[in-house]
Formats: sequence, structure tokens, C-alpha cells
Amino acid sequence: MGAVWVYAELGPDGPLPSALELLTKARALSDEVAAVALGPGAGAAAETLGEYGAGTVYAGEDPAFAEVVGQAAAHALAGLVVEHHPSLILFPSSQEGRDVAGRLQAALGSTLLSNATDVVALDRAVTQIFGDTQIVEVALEGPEPRLVLMRPKVVAAEPSGGRAAVRPVELALPADLPLARRVERHAEAASGPKLEEARVVVSGGRGMQDPSNLALLDRLAKAIGNAAVGATRAIVDAGWVPYHYQVGQTGKTVKPDVYLAFGISGATQHVVGMKGSKRIVAVNKDPDAPIFSLADLGVVGDALAILPKLIEEVERRKSAG
Amino acid sequence: MDVVVLVKYVPDPTGTPKLGEDFLVVREGTDGTLDPGDEYAVEAGLRTVEAHGGEVTLVSMGPEVAMSAIRKGLSMGAHRGVLVTDPALRGADALATARVLAAAVSRRPFDVIFTGSESTDGYTGTVPMAVAGLLGIPALTFARKVEVGEGAVRIERQTDLGYDVIEAPIPALVSVTASAAEPRYATLKGIMAAKSKPVEQLSLADLGLDPATVAPTQRVLGITPAPSKGAGEIVQDGDGAVARIVDLLVEAKVI
Ligand SMILES: Cc1cc2nc3c(=O)[nH]c(=O)nc-3n(C[C@H](O)[C@H](O)[C@H](O)COP(=O)(O)OP(=O)(O)OC[C@H]3O[C@@H](n4cnc5c(N)ncnc54)[C@H](O)[C@@H]3O)c2cc1C
Ligand SMILES: Nc1ncnc2c1ncn2[C@@H]1O[C@H](COP(=O)(O)O)[C@@H](O)[C@H]1O
Repeated sequence: MGAVWVYAELGPDGPLPSALELLTKARALSDEVAAVALGPGAGAAAETLGEYGAGTVYAGEDPAFAEVVGQAAAHALAGLVVEHHPSLILFPSSQEGRDVAGRLQAALGSTLLSNATDVVALDRAVTQIFGDTQIVEVALEGPEPRLVLMRPKVVAAEPSGGRAAVRPVELALPADLPLARRVERHAEAASGPKLEEARVVVSGGRGMQDPSNLALLDRLAKAIGNAAVGATRAIVDAGWVPYHYQVGQTGKTVKPDVYLAFGISGATQHVVGMKGSKRIVAVNKDPDAPIFSLADLGVVGDALAILPKLIEEVERRKSAG
Repeated sequence: MDVVVLVKYVPDPTGTPKLGEDFLVVREGTDGTLDPGDEYAVEAGLRTVEAHGGEVTLVSMGPEVAMSAIRKGLSMGAHRGVLVTDPALRGADALATARVLAAAVSRRPFDVIFTGSESTDGYTGTVPMAVAGLLGIPALTFARKVEVGEGAVRIERQTDLGYDVIEAPIPALVSVTASAAEPRYATLKGIMAAKSKPVEQLSLADLGLDPATVAPTQRVLGITPAPSKGAGEIVQDGDGAVARIVDLLVEAKVI
């Protein structure tokens, strides 16, 4: 049986959740599972990666992995592939996952499937198209390794209690290779819980009418507690809120206990990022808005009129205890 | 400055896409358009030559009807177009697409290639990186702001936390998001002028590509409809709607 590798993306606090989800999937596909972790902190991440099923962690500590966009990781991965011949490599569908996998594909001539919702065998994956109305099973052909980018949160991460052997990875980029370098990082820090971790997400769309009305969403989130504010791409593109608020296909995937959508039509690209929520509440003026087809509770009405009443009622019930 | 923009022709995003018997998206005989995401790339290209001089060449791979996407870009102000179309490219996957686009781009010298971040119909989202990889150039991806300078490009890349500043020497590829510069509308004058702009149509043979290098590496085994979640309760505002929402929050134990 061929080996399955996971491209383990690293964050400031260690491996990202996607790495643990992908390792859980990899274990179901093969007895030979490895993680590739590249960037400062890679060695320290090995323990967690082992706990979630990596038998081997290829760890590269070179700061250039974090600094050079895509090229450094793809170069090192291509070298590892030639040496060890994995059958399948799983990537997260993140920006970094795409930067690295796209370049690796160019270097190896491997097949690549994006937006996978499942992998059923070393050469078979599943994706969903047309706003997730159709499930498509795809045979992956051509030279190994096959590259699959999986959507976030389609697998629940479960520890295996294993331990990984760490193999250091050195980076030797060709000296004459022109590089794209990250020269600054800026955090537009949001207060409160993270969108992906909050138990409640309060999201707004174009139906909120004006950026000044978004304060109502903040107030509701604060009244509920452990709630984060999200947005549709329509209002991100319009500059009402920064990109890190965006929920959907090209933003974040959230699965909170309750998702509240105010003035959101329910376009498929938005829905993909929130339909896994346990309960969905939608408020929209238009009784035919597509969001109502997946709402557990739909309210036909003006979001701007309902929000102040809702904030007041939440505060009242909380203080009534 | 020689600017290239990769533009894709996609079925009308507001319509319902159809699959043929062969499991491929039906692109002929349906309404199609320039991918809205690629309009941002065209805009970035036009601004670059407005600031630095030079010309914008649009490059697309698709069926013959894809010419309409190129025409749209030309009517926005691009200078010339190249369409690669060949029966062997039906059902081309991400690898084949990247190989064809890289071959078409490398026929002439270029400084900057602009692309969208993901296509509206396929949203593979890796074609730009693969094209850059094949051409051996850096890629500055997910740009919300682009500054092309002398011999270098600098972008603001949107991230989960905020943004990063990325720099690379030219030639380079830049993929833009819909937060980059708002695309201009085509004027009537632009639409008229587009009709006389040069457009080349190329086959695989013209690019010197062997059909074996673009053979699909993926095969659809089957398609089944996804189970749909039944809709819940719908109430009118006023019918105790606010209390119902709060009840649900209480049931969910979040307040
Ligand atoms: C490749 C691609 C990727 C995309 N990725 C994403 C993504 O990640 N996330 C995302 O969200 N979108 C994404 N989109 C965009 C998506 O297709 C929609 O355009 C977007 O989600 C619409 O946002 P909206 O619901 O805010 O706006 P609209 O669709 O304009 O809906 C506004 C809604 O508000 C309602 N309304 C108006 N006034 C009121 C009021 N006073 N009270 C209550 N309701 C009111 C209207 O009835 C309407 O239903 C993507 C698109 C493409 C092509
Ligand atoms: N067939 C094509 N012709 C021209 N450009 C394309 C094509 N496919 C993808 N691209 C470019 O690559 C970007 C990302 O597409 P994708 O990786 O297919 O999601 C698009 O926004 C285009 O700029």
C-alpha cells in the first residue's frame, strides 16, 4: 500500500486544525502516514502531528519556508517526493495549500483535485459541485503522487495517540531562482472569539444596507457572548469589513451551534461555508430568499428593525437568568 | 511594459449550469461570459499599462465561443487577444490548462501576468500557481492591492489575520481578489474599438504541444444528487419572531 502524506500548515500556535483533520483522513487510507511541516516551529509541531497519526514528520525549520511564498515549500516537497514516492498528498484548501500544491503540480506533472469533500481510496476522491447540489466521484490518474486539496472541517480530527519519528528537511533553493518574499505581516486583530471557534456566528450581508448598521451585529454578538461576527463576500468586496470576516467558499468555513444570517441572500458560495452549522436562523425581507431553504428558523422581515428588538430581548432573558 | 491577463470564459454565473452525458459542463450553446473574477485582473492590467506604458494581451483557453470573453476584455481596453482552442482540450483539467496557458504566454516576452484567484465555474484555484511554476517565475497571490514598480512588484496579500506585503522581481505573476481595483465598464467606444483589435486563435499544434501532454488525469466515475436539508419553520416579523429566535438560542444552550 502506498504512503499518504499530509501537508501540515503551521500557525503561530503550532499545526493548524486542517493538519489534524487531514491526518485523521490519511490514517483511514493507509498504514503509512507522514506529515510534512515546513517553517519555524516545525520540529515542535511533530509531537501533535504524531498524536494525530503521522508516523513520520518531515520537519523543515528554515525561516525561508515562511518567508518565500509557495516556492520554498514546493521545492522541498518535490525533493522529498522523488526520494520517498508517496502515493497521495493531502493539502488544505487554504491560500498556502493552493500556493504549494499548484507549484508542486507544475514540478511533478501530477493530477490535482481541489475542494474535495472526501477521499475514499488512494486514487479516488469526492467533491461537490453546483453549490453542493451534486456529489461527484473522481478517479485520480496519471503519475503518483496524486494531489488532493480538501475543504476545511469535512473530517472531524481524532487523535490516534501515536508518536512520530522526526526527519529534518534542509532547504537548498537554487541561487538564481527569482522569489516572491513576504516582507511584512499585518494583523488587523479582531476582539472576541475567532470566527471558526465561536459557538455563535452573527453574520451580515448586503441587506444590512450601510456599514454603519454593522454595529448592530457587534452588539448582538456581545449580548449573546462567545459569538463572532461574520460577513458575505458582497460586503467584504464593498470594503465594509476586512476579508477575515468572510464566510464561504473563498472565506472561512464555520460550524457553530447557531448561525444567524441577517440580510444574506444565501448564494451557494456563501452557503458552502456555513451549512454545517447546527442551527441556522435567517432574517431576510424577501420570502423567496434561497437562505430560507436551509434555515431551521426563518424570519421574513427587515433586519434593521428586528436587530434592536432582538438585542434587547437577549439582554432581558440573560438578566432574568 | 508587456502585460498578460489570463481570462476564462465561464457559463453565465446567474444561470444554472448543465452537465452533458460525458459529465462535462456544457459550454456550447449556453450563455457565457468573461469570468467576473477575471475582470479584476483585466482592470489591474489596464492600470499597469496606464501608469507605465505598454500593452495588455489577453490569453484564454476554451471553446470558440470563449472569444466573447476576450472581446469583453478588449472592449474594456485591452490591446490584443490570444485564444487557444482545440478539440483535444475538451475536458482539460488543471494541469492541462496550466500547460497550455504557460505555452501560450511564453511565445512572447512579458513583464507581469495577472489572473483571477479562482474561476467562478471550476474554482480549482491553483491554475495561477501552476502557470508560474511552469514558467519559472514568482507568484504573488491573493492580492487586494497591487503596485508595479521599476523591475519589481509589491502586493498586499489578504490573509486570515489581516494582510501581508509580498515583493518579487519582474517578470512575475499576480493573482488578484475582488477587493482589488473595481473593474471599469466597457464604453460604447470601447466596444466599437474592440472589433478591430487583433485576436489570434491557436491550436495545440500551433503551440507545439503534443496532445498526450494535455490528456486528462481525472475521470468522473459518477454523479449523484446531494441530499437536501429540509427547510425549517418560516415566520413573519411580528408573529413573536424575536421571542422565537431567543428560544432557539436558549434551546441551543448558547445563552
Ligand atoms: C468564485 C466566487 C466565490 C465566492 N465566494 C464567496 C464567499 O466565500 N462568501 C460569500 O459570502 N460569497 C461569495 N461569493 C459571492 C456570492 O455569490 C454572493 O454574491 C454573495 O454571497 C452575496 O452576498 P449577500 O447575501 O450579502 O448579498 P445579496 O445577494 O445582494 O443579498 C442581500 C439580501 O439582503 C436582503 N435584504 C435587503 N434589505 C434587507 C433588510 N432591510 N432586511 C433584511 N433583508 C434584507 C435581500 O432580500 C437579499 O436577499 C463568491 C462568488 C464567486 C463567483
Ligand atoms: N481556461 C482558462 N483560460 C484562461 N485563464 C484561465 C483558465 N482557467 C483558469 N484561468 C486563470 O486562472 C484563474 C484561476 O482559475 P482556477 O484555478 O481554474 O480556479 C482564473 O481566474 C484565470 O485568470
